[in-house]
Amino acid sequence: MQKDVKRLSLILLFTPFALWILLLIIIPHMGMVVLSLREKVAPRVYEYGLGNYIDFINEPIYWNTLLRTGSMSLLVTVLALLIGFPIAYYIAKIAGNRTRGALFLLCLVPLWVSDLIRAFGWILLLRETGVISSVLQWSGLVHEPIEFLYNDVTVIIGLVYTVILFMIVPLVSTLDGMDNAMIEAGYNLGGSGPTVLRRIIIPYAMPGIVSGCIVVFMLTAGSYLTPILLGGKNSSWFTEQIYDQFITRFNWESGAAFGFLLLVFTSFVVWLGLKITGQTLANTVARS
Amino acid sequence: MAYRNKNAAFLWGYRLYVLAFFIFLAAPLIAAGSFAFNDSLFPSLPWRGFTLDWFFNDTEPKLGMFHDRRLLSGLYYSFVIASIVSMLSVAVGTCNAFLFVRGQFPAKNALYILMILPLVIPGVILGISMLVLASTIANGLENRFDIEIDALRPGIALVVLGQFAFITTITSLVITARLKKFDESMEEAAFNLGASRARVLWTITLPFLRPAMIAAGIVAFLVSFENFNTTLFLVGSESPLTITMYDRMAKVGSTPVLNAVSFILMLGSGLLALVTIAVQRDKSKG
Repeated sequence: MQKDVKRLSLILLFTPFALWILLLIIIPHMGMVVLSLREKVAPRVYEYGLGNYIDFINEPIYWNTLLRTGSMSLLVTVLALLIGFPIAYYIAKIAGNRTRGALFLLCLVPLWVSDLIRAFGWILLLRETGVISSVLQWSGLVHEPIEFLYNDVTVIIGLVYTVILFMIVPLVSTLDGMDNAMIEAGYNLGGSGPTVLRRIIIPYAMPGIVSGCIVVFMLTAGSYLTPILLGGKNSSWFTEQIYDQFITRFNWESGAAFGFLLLVFTSFVVWLGLKITGQTLANTVARS
Repeated sequence: MAYRNKNAAFLWGYRLYVLAFFIFLAAPLIAAGSFAFNDSLFPSLPWRGFTLDWFFNDTEPKLGMFHDRRLLSGLYYSFVIASIVSMLSVAVGTCNAFLFVRGQFPAKNALYILMILPLVIPGVILGISMLVLASTIANGLENRFDIEIDALRPGIALVVLGQFAFITTITSLVITARLKKFDESMEEAAFNLGASRARVLWTITLPFLRPAMIAAGIVAFLVSFENFNTTLFLVGSESPLTITMYDRMAKVGSTPVLNAVSFILMLGSGLLALVTIAVQRDKSKG
């Protein structure tokens, strides 16, 4: 009797999980793969094959965009780590008790503001008639309006800005759990600042670093608003290609192929990162 | 002494860096919010004086956001969508937490990874895969049985499903973390005192989880409210606010009414974030 109750409650708990994962995650993605293998040969006549993928390989614009998106996302991930790590370390280890909470809060607030608003804010600052250009003219440093938008540097700054908090938050929680005595012991044993950082702090923070990097990379590679709003029409971001195929050209088959390629590509990078650092998905992303 | 000076200089440099970072963090938000109060037709310098017209004025060309029908309906749809997503995802997230903390079943670890996965799938892909599946089913039903189901066409129902698909991972993780901290001897004590299963769940376990459930619900609400990537592909004629704002930005260009909306949204999410923190703070006492 007791056993039956247990089994029943397990089944009852398992049902929503299974329905969610099956109906909303697995089946739609399988459907996307199936669609990507289909080609339109005549109106209402379809054929199955690798045609959409062959088109992708034969058209340099497509795979260049994917490579560009991938490499820029990696760059953004590295920059976010380099910029974010000192901030996280300051919050977790250097700031006093009271400032720590306040700083962490300040970090979290922009996290709750939509990407759209943040990109909009950057546009107001950086465009030709924007705040920075006006201030520079007013101060006499330049004599004509400057357009800061629509170039790669701006896109990268915007992306780093959008995702950096997803790097800082897991880092702070990992570093917070680290015993200060470990750092002191490192110094007492004669280690210099860089040695302590390299041999003690970074190895300890590794799960947080990997977790932050995975989330940041995925968010960047899958971002849509920031590259388009800050980079303009020619930002050549891969998600834009997907949107273009789906909505503008109404070529769902090829759009689905692009979507699947983006998924495979990003998953591969994440898998590679986990392999290199010797971490698993469960002890990194799931913990934060 | 020299060593000490160097150290102090380093610390000051470090502090300056942190300060610069927070200025970087705040600058676009301040820009987005403050131009809502500039008495000008464009959200740019020079400053022409303080006004609340972009919130309350009821005539063109300075139509305030509270008189702008499309923005208001966007706000309404976002609110409806976010409320449904938040309730659904907290319900399923709570089940998932019990399933993975208490349940014993084969392949538990693999299934746990499966549960985290939606969080790392790019939102755009989630959107298109949902759109493809729903349309395939809808077309199949229409061609074969001549049944037309509107819910499967782009619209609120699909947006809710698409957002629910990945937000549930977030709520599950938040509630799981809390349930792991639960001391099961409290439940045992209640059982020993003769309480039924349902009563123990209702009077002991769920109250313990309540802060996490509220926090997860607020997070889900905010994430849903702000979502753009997944929503973009699933949206029908009832566009939520982010889509309406994006359309306005693309078609009309930036107008201060968008600053007014940004200001209200920042205010709202700031307040909700504070509620989350207040709720979480209770948690340390409980």
